[in-house]
Amino acid sequence: MARITMREAISQALWEEMERDPSVFILGEEVGVWGGTYAVTKGFYDHFGPDRVRDTPIAEAAIIGATIGAALTGLRPVAELMTINFAFSAMDHIVNEAAKLHYMFSGQFVMPMVIRAVGGGGRQLGATHSQTPDAVFAHFPGLVVVAPGTPEDAKGMLKSAIRSSDPVLFIEHATLYQVRGEVPEGDNLVPLGKSKIQRPGSDVTIITYSKMLEISTKAADQLAKEGIEAEIVDLRSLRPLDMDPVIASFKKTNRAVVVEEGWRSYGVGSEVVARIYEQAFDYVDTPVRRVAQKEVPLPYNRNLEQMALPQVDDVIRAVKEVL
Amino acid sequence: MEKQEYLDLYYQMVMIRLLEEQAAQLYQQGKIGGFLHLYIGQEAVSTGLISVREPRDRVITAYRDHGVAINCGIPATEVMAELLGKATGCSQGKGGSMHMADVKKNFWGGHAIVGAHLPIASGLALGDKYAGNDNVTICMFGDGATNIGYFHEALNLSKVWNLRVLWVCENNQYGMGTAVERASAVSEIRQKAEGYCIPNSRVDGMDILAVRQAASQAFEFIRKESTPYFLEIMTYRYRGHSMGDPERYRASEEVRKWQENDAIGIYARHLLDDKIASQEELDQLDALVEAEVAEAVRFAEESPEPAPEALYEHIYVDQQFGIIT
Repeated sequence: MARITMREAISQALWEEMERDPSVFILGEEVGVWGGTYAVTKGFYDHFGPDRVRDTPIAEAAIIGATIGAALTGLRPVAELMTINFAFSAMDHIVNEAAKLHYMFSGQFVMPMVIRAVGGGGRQLGATHSQTPDAVFAHFPGLVVVAPGTPEDAKGMLKSAIRSSDPVLFIEHATLYQVRGEVPEGDNLVPLGKSKIQRPGSDVTIITYSKMLEISTKAADQLAKEGIEAEIVDLRSLRPLDMDPVIASFKKTNRAVVVEEGWRSYGVGSEVVARIYEQAFDYVDTPVRRVAQKEVPLPYNRNLEQMALPQVDDVIRAVKEVL
Repeated sequence: MEKQEYLDLYYQMVMIRLLEEQAAQLYQQGKIGGFLHLYIGQEAVSTGLISVREPRDRVITAYRDHGVAINCGIPATEVMAELLGKATGCSQGKGGSMHMADVKKNFWGGHAIVGAHLPIASGLALGDKYAGNDNVTICMFGDGATNIGYFHEALNLSKVWNLRVLWVCENNQYGMGTAVERASAVSEIRQKAEGYCIPNSRVDGMDILAVRQAASQAFEFIRKESTPYFLEIMTYRYRGHSMGDPERYRASEEVRKWQENDAIGIYARHLLDDKIASQEELDQLDALVEAEVAEAVRFAEESPEPAPEALYEHIYVDQQFGIIT
């Protein structure tokens, strides 16, 4: 086991997959000469060359459209969107093409492609560059949408995504790149579409993912000091959504809080709560709570921005409300 | 060109026309659902173009795709079955009129979002470049698609990366009901390629032999120079944008004028005048096509509906992702 950052984990996954399989290549804005806006692909251009580390114009529809086309020829492109906010410029290609061509042509079109996209708020980038629109993409059948919260999962799931034959939206969180964690050596694959218990507990179930795993873990640490043991289920994948560990945990604790960074309305929490009520209604002791971003475009001002984002205290308060 | 080749071009154009005339009737009978965009009038464009491609060259087009499907070698039976939404259709009944494809014949669809398939065409060509071959991707689209951003992103990318794409604008004068001059800052569409330093030309799409010649030259240029090329093909659709189009935007006189210079008629006259074929031979081909269209209708009508299980098939390749109900 090595203790590495999320950035190193993602970079290693890309590097190892490119070394392993010549059909894997990366493309995106500033992935090459610059070395990646978040330095994930630093050193790739010199090692793999311009054909396999392709700098693109600032043209997201062209990036994702070309990714789809190249995947249709049997390659395994990994596109980087500088931020998930730019995915809206490629929305048609993500939801109307990548998500549908396999189905619409009855299996003739196969797109083994990955879109890496950086999301999340908290860096004072203003409303257009700080969004967490994960639920928007998870709405569409045909897409696989994942958002790991630990370096181990990031590395293992990115490798699985690259080897998958389906289009995968791989959402990274900009403020998690420096987070360190234990990552197994070697070719460790983490399956897509599987939730995981990240912290065992018996009093309450916290369901979360990505950056909010970090926030929820801090909350659980503080709650533990008060004798409250929270069990944390990390969704890791939003589509397909694996509810089995959630339901199993809920049947044990009968209490749950869903923590997400995106907006509450029509969000991940909405979906998870609905499924808990559908699948485990008899186990509900108290209404499930949702912690989410305030329903505002994220402001630039640091204080206002932090007010809008879910905080550790928000999670603690919600947990106490369901106990 | 051998005589048989000449006759085959005639056969394909007549096939598209009669098959679509039949489809229009089936649509009116309620047997075809959704939208139905007919290619009638434009047959020489796709027939001429695709007749000079190598089988290894990819073809991708927009939603007016029945003719392209026929030219790429999809049997009339499978085209008609797809129109009727049957399991035997080329997309097994899940695509419909606008989404026909046969990857084995290097026909990559049938795409219904205007302009969205142009960046995909760049990607197909990128795949061939990556593989180190000199295959050409033929990307067809209407004049209306040249006003949307995807067009510009895709052309730019194809030039920046030197991709072997033959961009083919089928200028049929109208984007739905809006005349080119009312929607495009330049009415000579090929000028838009100039902005991306993509060599280009304009050709009469009612003359199939002219289309063939222009396309052949374009293929040769693209393969040799490893660069995109832009062909604007002037054509006209006789029918509405889709079925049920009231056609308030054009005079019937205009349609009649174009029909007097009908591509199939011009070509037939050429075959007769140059004594390449006799009237009897053309009549025989007409009769053959009529019989094949009738057979295609019979095949489609007698074909089974997709099984209920098809509803949940092909959402993902990976079966472990399962079915979300």
